[in-house]
Amino acid sequence: MTRPGEYYQRDRTVHPPAYTPDYKTSVARSPRYAPISLQNSVSEITGPVFGHDDIDAGDNDLLSNYAKAGESPIGERIILHGRVLDENARPVPNTLVEVWQANAGGRYRHKKDSYLAPIDPNFGGCGRTLTDKNGYYYFRTVKPGAYPWRNQVNNWRPAHIHLSVFGSAFVQRLITQCYFEGDPLIPICPIVQTIPDPDAIAQLTATLDLNATIPLDTIAYRFDIVLRGRRSTLFENRLEGN
Amino acid sequence: MPQKLTYLRETASQTAGPYVHIGLAPGAAGFDIYRQELGHEIAGPDAKGERIRVEGRVMDGMGAPIKDVLLEVWQADAAGNYAHPEGGDPVEDGFRGWGRVVPDFETGEWGFDTVKPGTTRGRNVGTQAPHLNFWIVARGINLGLNTRMYFDDETEANAKDPVLNLIEWENRRGTLVAKRSERDGAVVYRFDIRLQGDDETVFFDT
Ligand SMILES: [Fe+3]
Repeated sequence: MTRPGEYYQRDRTVHPPAYTPDYKTSVARSPRYAPISLQNSVSEITGPVFGHDDIDAGDNDLLSNYAKAGESPIGERIILHGRVLDENARPVPNTLVEVWQANAGGRYRHKKDSYLAPIDPNFGGCGRTLTDKNGYYYFRTVKPGAYPWRNQVNNWRPAHIHLSVFGSAFVQRLITQCYFEGDPLIPICPIVQTIPDPDAIAQLTATLDLNATIPLDTIAYRFDIVLRGRRSTLFENRLEGN
Repeated sequence: MPQKLTYLRETASQTAGPYVHIGLAPGAAGFDIYRQELGHEIAGPDAKGERIRVEGRVMDGMGAPIKDVLLEVWQADAAGNYAHPEGGDPVEDGFRGWGRVVPDFETGEWGFDTVKPGTTRGRNVGTQAPHLNFWIVARGINLGLNTRMYFDDETEANAKDPVLNLIEWENRRGTLVAKRSERDGAVVYRFDIRLQGDDETVFFDT
């Protein structure tokens, strides 16, 4: 009987560990025991499937999806675009990508955000899209501002966009943040620095993409996302108890 | 030099932060933007099976409820099939098997309505006891946490479940088992998740 391949073991060296005391909130919110390693069963290789009934075409345009007619949010107009790939460099098509971010002043539209920068009446701060058959996605938005946060007294988050990606299986589920090249706050941010590997941080940094820029209109940044890869063949191994 | 492998590396995870609701549940963040938010209905009215409610809190190492948490639940239908091309037989109309769960920001209490899942197929042989899969993100959680919820009225199936049996410390298995009760004629399962401390919930590296 043929069975679907399993996903590659997660390479924990690219991810931040759970306990990262320089990011203080992680101290009380990190499990102390090692996680139990679980080989993929049907519960892990499956995951929710989304379609074009779930979302609308304009949901990926943060310049317009909350703006009043004829108005637009304040800030630097940007395109954030790229591909969702797996570790085998194969595109992940038709997967849901959701983003959220602060406005150009660094303020979130959230009832718990009380930062003194103003709310932008024309900016909601969230968007969503499905990748196309090549794994490609894009958003139009404004570049988010840096903002202060309570950790050490004087910590500022670099400009960032939060991204959530599903992939094809619950084990590919990922939330991350995209930074922008050249930002001097990246190397001193305790949240960025929870990631021990500088190459993994570089992979979270979007690159200015002049070729994708719309002249006289919107500047583009490229951000590719890599989800866990999958074996193409499965060798049955029958473990005790399975 | 041996041949070089050309795999890409998975994108690193970063915390979902305190404002995850803006992106994933904007109504909870305090505004209305989309035609419909995703993940409100796990098992539509036509899905078969026992209707249940699941409630709980996620607690930090001090025993305090985490009020800015967001959970996702992923489950099979009452016949044990997932709503996915590789999930077994087709699921019933209106059954999605996936939901997003946001707590009350004042108390940290969350709850959702669904149907009790059936037994699912095991990895190679056998079956898995009915369970819900959870994925938990919040400020202070650097990589989403995976866990499972089992049902305390499935003693026999739980005793044979390959995943519960993988947990070497038998006394920790109970952290994954929700307690059934009835309230106003409705079936409620209680599932508190503890990130740390005595009775730390078992999490999985899937
Ligand atoms: Fe943020």
